[in-house]
Amino acid sequence: MSSAPQLDIDHVAHLARLALTPEEKAKFAQQLGDVLHHIEQLKKVDVTGVEPMAHAAPVFNVWADDVAQPGLPVELALKNAPAQRDHMVVVPKVVE
Amino acid sequence: MNYEAVIGLEVHVQVKTRSKMFTRVAAGYGHEPNTLTDPVVLALPGTLPLMNKAALDAIIKAGLLLGCEIAPVCKWDRKNYFYPDSPKNYQISQYDQPICLCGTVEIELPGPARNVMGEHKTIPLTRIHLEEDVGKLNHGATDSLVDYNRAGTPLMEIVSEPAMHTAEEAYAYLTSLRATMIYGGISDCDMEKGQLRCDANISIRHVGETKLGVKVELKNLNSISFVRDGISHEIKRQLAVVERGGTLVQETRDYDGQTGTSQSLRSKEMAHDYRYFPDPDLMPVQVDEAWKQRLRAECPELPFDKQRRFLEQYQLPYTLTSVLVWDRTLADYFEEAAKLSGKPQAAGNWIANDLLRELGAAHHALADSKVRPAHVAALVQLVDSGAVLTNAAKEIFVEMFATGEQPDAIADRKGLKAAPTDVGELEQWCCDAIAANAKAVDEFKAGKESAINAFKGPVMKAAKGKANPKVIDETLRRLLAAQG
Repeated sequence: MSSAPQLDIDHVAHLARLALTPEEKAKFAQQLGDVLHHIEQLKKVDVTGVEPMAHAAPVFNVWADDVAQPGLPVELALKNAPAQRDHMVVVPKVVE
Repeated sequence: MNYEAVIGLEVHVQVKTRSKMFTRVAAGYGHEPNTLTDPVVLALPGTLPLMNKAALDAIIKAGLLLGCEIAPVCKWDRKNYFYPDSPKNYQISQYDQPICLCGTVEIELPGPARNVMGEHKTIPLTRIHLEEDVGKLNHGATDSLVDYNRAGTPLMEIVSEPAMHTAEEAYAYLTSLRATMIYGGISDCDMEKGQLRCDANISIRHVGETKLGVKVELKNLNSISFVRDGISHEIKRQLAVVERGGTLVQETRDYDGQTGTSQSLRSKEMAHDYRYFPDPDLMPVQVDEAWKQRLRAECPELPFDKQRRFLEQYQLPYTLTSVLVWDRTLADYFEEAAKLSGKPQAAGNWIANDLLRELGAAHHALADSKVRPAHVAALVQLVDSGAVLTNAAKEIFVEMFATGEQPDAIADRKGLKAAPTDVGELEQWCCDAIAANAKAVDEFKAGKESAINAFKGPVMKAAKGKANPKVIDETLRRLLAAQG
């Protein structure tokens, strides 16, 4: 049985914007490692001739006509914002 | 050592739909901040996306117009990243199965003179995919403000092959692509409203080299002229670095069109890791022949095809076609006037010169013009029949533009019709003119066609400039022929 691929828990935590304690890192590295290990096992299944699919059911073209409907009033839309000004959400200054 | 530049463009085009890509709240520009949102746009828990059929129609149509292969099946993927303009922390996009593949954009480079057609080239496309736009960030001194009105608007990304070599080619590419999208009714492509945005990938390499050099991505090219200027500036910058023995680094640079300078954007601490994966909430799209056929039937003739037809069918000069074909409404307007008047070039001249000048001065759109194709055709016929002289016709046009009155009525009302109606009087003036210039009579009879013009001046003078030149010409010829 092959071992699970290398898991960089610091990189994963950074991508998820999570600040983990050393204990949490160890715990989640173990858990995610188990998941990857499971995927490794799945990879061994012979899928020759099987079309790759993202969904279990062959359903296509689920859509709606382009008819505009009213949205949320701005007060409601911003109700969860930690801070707001001029009807906009205030966030820390971001410059790419 | 000779270098060449290699340029590829990534163009984002907002699709003109009433509602957003994956939810039915209205899409639009210029609304009060955060008034075009709903739970899906704001990514509230439990919401699910639902595709906009019109956006799919639009991108397939764009693909057909540009000669793309339309994928029989395509799917949606999540592009994961944290940025405050994206409430979900991922963008729904198409990663490995875009809806349109390949295709081309026909471009025309500047000709040797304004009235001469330039070289045409075909720029290959890599792909076109559909995704959703993000919100707009307004940067302040100490914080940033987010408006989510734009978030979730259907957005096409049109990716060219790295197949252009000059800033002029990139400019021509964008001009042609933009016109194609507007023609197809796919987008209004107003760059000021962010409906068309362009990033350029630029590298240089030795002539003859086939590998691409180190790529610089140029961002913030927010007008077509800035694209040309920005690319031109970047090519020069890269050449200068290499020539002084420096090394180019892969980076993203921000171009400032106002100052004509660029600066490197803060390099990222690590490469982007978007962790694309298929969106479990969205089923794939299947496009069959019937769907494509239906959209193909709606595809308009493209500007360059129209131009070739105008040159051939109406025998228009190139300069006139290059004014008329780039605006579909204007081209249609012209064709109607050309058919009604039977004089395409005259109709084209009135439209390209007088009508566009008056529209520009009045800040009116063509659709609001009181002068309709039938007016133009009627004026062309008035001039052609000799009933109205050119200068009077110009006056009639201005009046017609202001009032929408028929040209014939204006000519009558303002006394602008060519005179006299007294045939006997005109004939006498013609006789006098012939009698006064024996030399011209001899020349004309010897076959010098232009000699007849020598009589016209005195006749017109006698008529105080109001005679009908066509009638003068006919009368002179009749009298000269009668002399034997």
